[in-house]
Amino acid sequence: MTLSRDMIVLGLETSCDETAAAIVRRRADGTGELLANQILSQMDHAAYGGVVPELAARAHVTHLDALITAALSEAKLDFTDLDGIAATAGPGLIGGVLVGLMTAKGLAFAHGLPLIGVNHLEGHALTARLTDEAPFPYLLLLVSGGHCQLLIVEGVGRYERLGATIDDAVGEAFDKTAKMMGLGYPGGPAVEKAAASGNADRFALPRPLTGREGCDFSFSGLKTAVRKALLDLEEVGPQDKADLAASFQKAVGDILARQTGKALEMAGARLGPAPRLVVAGGVAANRYLRTRLEALCQERGAQLIVPPPKLCTDNGAMIAWAGAERLALGLSDPLDLAARARWPLTDLAAS
Amino acid sequence: MDEQVILPDMTGAYEAVLPDEAATRALGRALAGLVEPGDLIALWGDLGMGKSVLARALIQEAQRLAGGQVEDVPSPTFTLVQTYEAGGLSLAHFDLYRIGAPEEIYELGLDEALETGAALIEWPGRLEDLLPEERLDILIEERDKERAARLKGPARLIEGVRAALRQKRPAGEK
Repeated sequence: MTLSRDMIVLGLETSCDETAAAIVRRRADGTGELLANQILSQMDHAAYGGVVPELAARAHVTHLDALITAALSEAKLDFTDLDGIAATAGPGLIGGVLVGLMTAKGLAFAHGLPLIGVNHLEGHALTARLTDEAPFPYLLLLVSGGHCQLLIVEGVGRYERLGATIDDAVGEAFDKTAKMMGLGYPGGPAVEKAAASGNADRFALPRPLTGREGCDFSFSGLKTAVRKALLDLEEVGPQDKADLAASFQKAVGDILARQTGKALEMAGARLGPAPRLVVAGGVAANRYLRTRLEALCQERGAQLIVPPPKLCTDNGAMIAWAGAERLALGLSDPLDLAARARWPLTDLAAS
Repeated sequence: MDEQVILPDMTGAYEAVLPDEAATRALGRALAGLVEPGDLIALWGDLGMGKSVLARALIQEAQRLAGGQVEDVPSPTFTLVQTYEAGGLSLAHFDLYRIGAPEEIYELGLDEALETGAALIEWPGRLEDLLPEERLDILIEERDKERAARLKGPARLIEGVRAALRQKRPAGEK
């Protein structure tokens, strides 16, 4: 069943460090509009290498209600204007997920609205449809602090994973590299900044999984190689750091471009005559990596779509949007929906 | 290159030299056949020393031994904890690098994990006084560019590892 009318959905995201509430409108023609986007990052005042205050569920509990109120006020809407309440139901830190999901259940019950439990990764996967009206199908490269995956997105709830990291996520590799070099947090921008004045060819770093079939990723060996390179230097000066950051970033660029290129080949005709590559996740903000993916797309005759950075990192808008997309297909969830710490996107087909 | 953490007292520890990553994996696999519900393995060592490599090898070998599906074991740095099933044994893989206060472990469910299965903890120093006394400590360090692991804890695990590694040498990794 497809509901051919506008859908206004509130979305809650509490599965990791961000507490977020957002409201989107999905029009009957499939286009969307962001009406409110409230977010509070628990990382805002903390250094990665230091301490993340109140990482756990408590912080979500403290702030979520105020964020929901702020989102309604920003959108100039009331609960009676909403068509549904969406929340991340997994994967993530279970305590955090429960806070958002329970809040959504309470609101859905109290206001007689449908509940939509959203897979956090599906939120990332569908964002480009809100921001860039990307039609299905497309290839998705999801690169963030906690994830690194390549998926074919064929429709709402229809995903095929072509590859994923077998160890560290890309954002994590950036953060840990920055930490080893004392570049500060967040690691992505810190490494990118240092790399700008560095010689990317000075250090020979590995490209793990080269020559192996498929499009899985591995970044653990790269991290170890950065550590070795640092130990081999007598003294580590600013230029050494710049060169190492540039060499590291180039290695990551090579790995991402190579595996994404392979995925484009694997997907082949399934992406249609004009293939699209959507990049989501915080790592998409790195300009060097973006240039590498632009070059890849140009070479393969593909279109590159990258949503704006604030909708690439974790946010509530993507949960509201995925909820609206599901609701438009007549999909909603019972109030006894369980939160899931682990929930691969490929398990969505059954739901 | 990392902030100072208080390391456990490793006096009298059993030492295994780890010339390469394969040796780190072999140590993880040796432990896979030995862990039982209630076992806590604390993995100490700097960034990039191979703590996750050891944990991954242990979890995947345990799943292999149980005859079940062998899953990917991605780093739990961002999710803080990932739980796996190996036959009837559940294995909780913690990474406490990012927690702010030791008390957060209550919310992450270490006690529950140890009631029903075994737990592996990276960055156990973050727990300070809340780190359970009864545990196997594994400290991976690099001295003069040679990497070695020191193990201290229950004799059942230490003797088991010693026997398993002796058996495999000098052929090295399977």
